[in-house]
Amino acid sequence: MIRLLRGVHVLSLWLLLAAAIVPTFVSAQPAAPTPTPPAPLAGEQQQRYDTMINQLRCLVCQNQTIADSSAPLALDLRDQVHRQIADGRSDDEIRDYLTHRYGDFVLYKPRLAARTLALWIGPFALLAIALIAAVLFMRRSSARQPATPGVADAERIRRLLQEQEGSD
Amino acid sequence: MLRFAIPVVVLLGLLALLGIGLRLDPREVPSPLIGKMAPAFDLPNLDGSARITPLDLQGRPVLVNFFASWCAGCQVEHPVLMKLAREYGVEIVGIDYKDTREAAEQWLARHGNPYRIIVADALGQAGLDWGVYGVPETFVLSADGRVVYKQIGPMTDAAWRDKIAPLLAQGSASR
Amino acid sequence: MAEIGHYALILALAVAIAQGVLPVLGYWRGDQRLLGIGVSGAQTQFALVVLAYAALSLAFVDNDFSLTYVASNSHSQLPLIYRLSAVWGAHEGSLLMWLLMLTGWGFAVSLSSRRLPPDIAALVLATMGAISVGFLLFMLATSNPFERQFPVPAEGRDLNPLLQDPGLIIHPPMLYMGYVGFSVAFSFAIAALITGKLDLAWARWTRPWTTTAWLFLTMGITLGSWWAYNELGWGGWWFWDPVENASFMPWLVGTALIHSLAVTEKRGVLKSWTVLLAILAFALSLLGTFLVRSGVLVSVHAFATDPARGVFILAFLTIVLGAALLLYAWRAPRLVSDGAVQLVSREGLLLLNNVFLVAAAAAVLIGTLYPLVIDALGLGKISVGPPYFNAIFLPLMVPLAVLVGLSARIGWKRAKLGEALWSLRWVALTTLIAAVLLPYVLERSFAWLAIAGTALSVWLMIGALLDVTHRVRSRRDRWQGLRSIPAATWGMTLAHFGLGVWTLGVTYAGLFSVEKDVRLGPGQSAEIGAYTFTFQGTEHREGANYQSDLGTVFVERSGQPIATLNPEKRLYPSQRSVMTESAVDHNPRRDLYVALGEPIGDADWALRLYYKPFMRMVWFGGVLMFFGGILAASDRRYRLERSALKAPVTSAQTAAT
Repeated sequence: MIRLLRGVHVLSLWLLLAAAIVPTFVSAQPAAPTPTPPAPLAGEQQQRYDTMINQLRCLVCQNQTIADSSAPLALDLRDQVHRQIADGRSDDEIRDYLTHRYGDFVLYKPRLAARTLALWIGPFALLAIALIAAVLFMRRSSARQPATPGVADAERIRRLLQEQEGSD
Repeated sequence: MLRFAIPVVVLLGLLALLGIGLRLDPREVPSPLIGKMAPAFDLPNLDGSARITPLDLQGRPVLVNFFASWCAGCQVEHPVLMKLAREYGVEIVGIDYKDTREAAEQWLARHGNPYRIIVADALGQAGLDWGVYGVPETFVLSADGRVVYKQIGPMTDAAWRDKIAPLLAQGSASR
Repeated sequence: MAEIGHYALILALAVAIAQGVLPVLGYWRGDQRLLGIGVSGAQTQFALVVLAYAALSLAFVDNDFSLTYVASNSHSQLPLIYRLSAVWGAHEGSLLMWLLMLTGWGFAVSLSSRRLPPDIAALVLATMGAISVGFLLFMLATSNPFERQFPVPAEGRDLNPLLQDPGLIIHPPMLYMGYVGFSVAFSFAIAALITGKLDLAWARWTRPWTTTAWLFLTMGITLGSWWAYNELGWGGWWFWDPVENASFMPWLVGTALIHSLAVTEKRGVLKSWTVLLAILAFALSLLGTFLVRSGVLVSVHAFATDPARGVFILAFLTIVLGAALLLYAWRAPRLVSDGAVQLVSREGLLLLNNVFLVAAAAAVLIGTLYPLVIDALGLGKISVGPPYFNAIFLPLMVPLAVLVGLSARIGWKRAKLGEALWSLRWVALTTLIAAVLLPYVLERSFAWLAIAGTALSVWLMIGALLDVTHRVRSRRDRWQGLRSIPAATWGMTLAHFGLGVWTLGVTYAGLFSVEKDVRLGPGQSAEIGAYTFTFQGTEHREGANYQSDLGTVFVERSGQPIATLNPEKRLYPSQRSVMTESAVDHNPRRDLYVALGEPIGDADWALRLYYKPFMRMVWFGGVLMFFGGILAASDRRYRLERSALKAPVTSAQTAAT
């Protein structure tokens, strides 16, 4: 899935501020050696890697993906994802690997399961209910007060005249 | 006209949820390993004289403590670990995470060594398999080798007293 | 001086109580004098809060570290401008700013109250007074910025370095203006419910206030996004963080409210719905405040959460919103809407617009609160983050964008879908051609998402202009036609055009951004497309209250120098925190973005390089919406014109389209 809104990243400190909280940082582990960023993978694999690291939570950060964080754990996990993709593991296998160790908390895109059913279906169910309600409302309101055909016709004629005038 | 009452009902539900939310700690994330066997590893001990696997940790409850000489939090918790080892006779297994033998030995010489066994996890692979976020972290293993508790961050007297000691007491009583 | 501020707040509380209670009594008894207390109360209260605010600002200017709040958020070395903005840099002071704005809005309403019937004005101001009471109590009981401490520390702990940025001087006030501004619409809704009077005039009074609040919120969110992009060093501009969501939900509902108010004004329908939206927009502002300050969500981490605060805001939410919605359940059935709403009509499409916007707000709410729900039910811990929101949000927004373009050719009351579509044939064709060509011309891509995004964007932009072009073409004298267009129409055009521009930015920056994480030593370079980034190394600098490593990166395109970028890594010793200052070379077409990561070895650094096409359009779109809001809110003539014409005459406008 291509990220159309590439809104993946950090805890949004800006609004934290908006919220006027002073964020004290969970101080990253000091002095763990910084590894070199991994070498790029081949085409489609690199794409999978980019997508994947933008869907995993940096667990020691407040609200940041491992793609954005430079915390040691994020680097380790990126490295791990990188290695496993290079080894030919599937996305699901990698996700399983991580959830076995860190729990579902590591996934920013929760998997569809019984407990996340409402999360995935809820918004669309609400939309459907609201659409039905809106349409019913419009039906009832028009049934109560049908617009006079005369007015509608007059309008239509006016509009046609306007259009003729406009296309001149 | 019941539909006009829907918003207030939704609001009540929301407020109840937020009320419950106030009493939860969003930062407390339990380890998925709780209740499972300790993850496998096969690593040398610190001086390289033997290889250690989780089998070596079975038969009695132990604390498995991930530490490193470069980690600030480890110095904070160190006196607590020393006390646990010396005064309460708790068996603590250290896993030296992403560290070198020299640095770790120096560090232990300076601060004292609370560990019965020290495993050298130079590449951090065991840390990854155990779901370690960062050092220090401490796992409590029951005698049959299951993870029963995970302490994220420095060990404290309170965590020992309130969480870990009762678990260990329970473990040895049932045995 | 600080004590004066404190007393001013206590007095303000007394005034707010009077302002909240007496006008209601006056309404009950028909007592004009009691009604009048609304106006004088609002003005007195505003003066008192200004005094308190000035007192706190003065304490910051004087480095009065005997105030705990000043000592925690300022430093003698802090530049004056940041000492002034530090007033709203943390919880207590930002509450004071909330209050300043709340009473400021009340003051503004009181000034224009002569244009309102006395009972409506009094009830609106009483509602605002009651809201003030809650916030004043909250401040005085749990979050007093004027608290003294002994012994007085010699030095302050400094303002959070994140907040030491020019972008941040105006972002929070803008955002608060928006949040708090919805209290006016809320108060008008309460007044309508109490009096049972919701007519054309009510909609006309409420509209400019709502639009004004909305435009501030729009600007606040845009500025925040822009700031995060520049300051955080992750190249992102929207993170779906709970705190961002807290500002986005009221924006979505506020946008819905603006549109439903238009329907209520023009056609006298959707009355109870409009009132509900006005309540909800403010409810979500308050909910945002709760989420952000109570510590229930992870985003809200690291400040010493005082459980008393969470409990207090929750109680406040319960009282204010519970009362408002109970009132709604009781009185809303009496707000009879006369007139029909056809699906194929301007108002029908606006109703659909409302459905999608509210569903989107609900989706954000569900996603934001879901981890809390799961946790509360004892089902474990999960994360809901950007990939979820993007997946859900897209399908909700796409139909909305299609509707916006379509609505330009659909008239009020009743229209013919076939005719409208037929008249849009050239627009549709242009859109299609542009959608297929543009992604290829600009980015050598035929990706269907790019085509879809471009199509929506072009559709929105052309659609936005249609109203204007048809108004012009409907007159014989085109110049006169142009001049006859009311500011409100220009505002709508600009805002919708801005939405199109924003869509373009989101599509291209989202799909075609290239990101590279590289390790570079001095003299080494990395390439993104035709651009070559050459790292020149870093040098050490001393800032006013920080030390920094200043990097230099030359950017060339096919051998031609384009820019020299200076990304920076700052260490603020007083707070022991490290800040990333990214460097961006931008033009409308693309951003080139460089951020310093961590040093590796002696002279090598990890660097993040980005190429982001049309990134500026994301903010430019927001700015256009902001100015559209200003135009719409400033349109007095339009409002007067509507007062002269009653509903049936709107067909004149239909004819014009």
